[in-house]
Amino acid sequence: MIDRAEVLHVARLARLELSEGEVDRMASELSAVLDHIETISELELDGVAPTSHVVEVGSALRADEPRPSLPREEALASAPAVAADGFEVPSPGA
Amino acid sequence: MSWEPVIGLEIHVQLKTQTKMFCSCELSFGDPPNTHTCPVCLGLPGSLPVANEAAIRFGLKIGLGLGCELAPRSIFHRKNYFYPDLPKGYQISQYDEPLCRGGRLGDVRIHRVHLEDDAAKLVHVGASGRIHGADSSVVDFNRGGTPLVEIVTEPDIRSAERAREWLILLRETMRQLEVSDVNMEEGSLRCDANVSVRRAGESELGTKTELKNMNSFRFVERGIKAEVARQVALLEAGQPVVQETLHFDPQSGSLTSLRSKEEAHDYRYFPEPDLVPVAVTPEMVEAVRAELPELPAERAARYETELALSADSARALAFRPELGRYFEAVLERADGAPAQTVANWVAGELATRLGDADPAQSKVAPDALARLVAMVGEKAVTAGAARQVLDRLVADGGDPAAIVEAEGLGAVGGGDELAGAVRAAIEANPDAAEKVRGGKAQAIGPIIGHVMRETRGAADAGEVTRLVREQLGV
Repeated sequence: MIDRAEVLHVARLARLELSEGEVDRMASELSAVLDHIETISELELDGVAPTSHVVEVGSALRADEPRPSLPREEALASAPAVAADGFEVPSPGA
Repeated sequence: MSWEPVIGLEIHVQLKTQTKMFCSCELSFGDPPNTHTCPVCLGLPGSLPVANEAAIRFGLKIGLGLGCELAPRSIFHRKNYFYPDLPKGYQISQYDEPLCRGGRLGDVRIHRVHLEDDAAKLVHVGASGRIHGADSSVVDFNRGGTPLVEIVTEPDIRSAERAREWLILLRETMRQLEVSDVNMEEGSLRCDANVSVRRAGESELGTKTELKNMNSFRFVERGIKAEVARQVALLEAGQPVVQETLHFDPQSGSLTSLRSKEEAHDYRYFPEPDLVPVAVTPEMVEAVRAELPELPAERAARYETELALSADSARALAFRPELGRYFEAVLERADGAPAQTVANWVAGELATRLGDADPAQSKVAPDALARLVAMVGEKAVTAGAARQVLDRLVADGGDPAAIVEAEGLGAVGGGDELAGAVRAAIEANPDAAEKVRGGKAQAIGPIIGHVMRETRGAADAGEVTRLVREQLGV
């Protein structure tokens, strides 16, 4: 079971603003998702490693060779605001 | 009742690869802002990371250098939190399956070593120019995505001074592994400390706090000292230590709480679905092992156990490999001179004269220094005169015996010459001589000094003392 407090906690971590109605709905829907996952625990899983990836290929690594980066104007095109050749954002401490 | 500090360190080392951890943008330091970015390191939708082979290799090299167990399979996790220097909304790090586990450097055990990507640089602008009270911030993504290795120690360190010393050993180790510039001022080596205190003799750990971002070796020591003092004061006043993250301000020496623990540690890790597991093959490990140099801790241990050098000399020679190599070259030619004596000449006298320069590039040939050390051993020159010879060797090179000859620096032996000098010194210092005769042994100093001056340091001080006493009849 996920209660309202837990929904609000996770919402704050995810920077989501939920209405009162949404909090209740999320509590019941997320609980249903967890219940569904719980069914896995009915299986005998001793000694079975968790599946972190569905494909188990060996390291897909990239050679350490530089390739051109984006021109700055292009990188900054999606910035909310630009100052001093950088992405200007509200100060996190403010 | 005394208190014992318990300290563990978390060190971030920026790897000096050519490109970033998960994209092909070139690493840069000091380039104009936002000139080394791409959709991957800007966290744009639809972009996919691919791990850098060299970063994995450097990680393995560090693991081997620290004696860790290398995981044949490790995976990346997403560490979720929001901050403007983290465009993806998560850092790609490693969680329960890191690249390396266990290990040891010096007397400190290593808990784990893992790979991750660095955050961007956040420049705070506004009224005060500092984090608190700033109006807006500017993000430079050049640094974002730089490969980082995080090294976590066990809580094996017992004082702020030892923390600093160990960190210097770690830096030298990283430098000699050639995996990082390890420059604290430039941020390529960063250190956080977990600090707690407990009553001496107690085995349980106290509540710890985390000290962040101490950007010099001196600040690491001062920050930990300040935090230990703060915790001891709290406990002695009967108050609890609260688990929190603290920022040390070197200007004021104060510690301020950074953020509430509740949110800070709720990172909701989950396996990074965009990256396949890292499979380390025995061939990869062997290739890295073949590149490993002899590291400072091993070299220092070898000097201490095989050559019986003092811990200080062993460290001095091991922390600068060029000094160590030179020392070994002199020792080989020194024909049975005690290793400690050779170490003193190389790590002390010669290193003081050469500063940071490599002695192998200096005018002092290992042969010449070996002969000079032998001459001191045979009392053909005094230590004082030999220092003058070394000055000449550093300036012009050459053969020590020839310099001794040309400068008249040969030791004034027993015999009449020295006895005459002693007689003259006693005559020149009648007051001192009277006091010595009267039983004031320490009054002998001016007489000996007189002889040493007259012989330009070429007399053996022990022999001079013996002769002065003999002539004064004490």
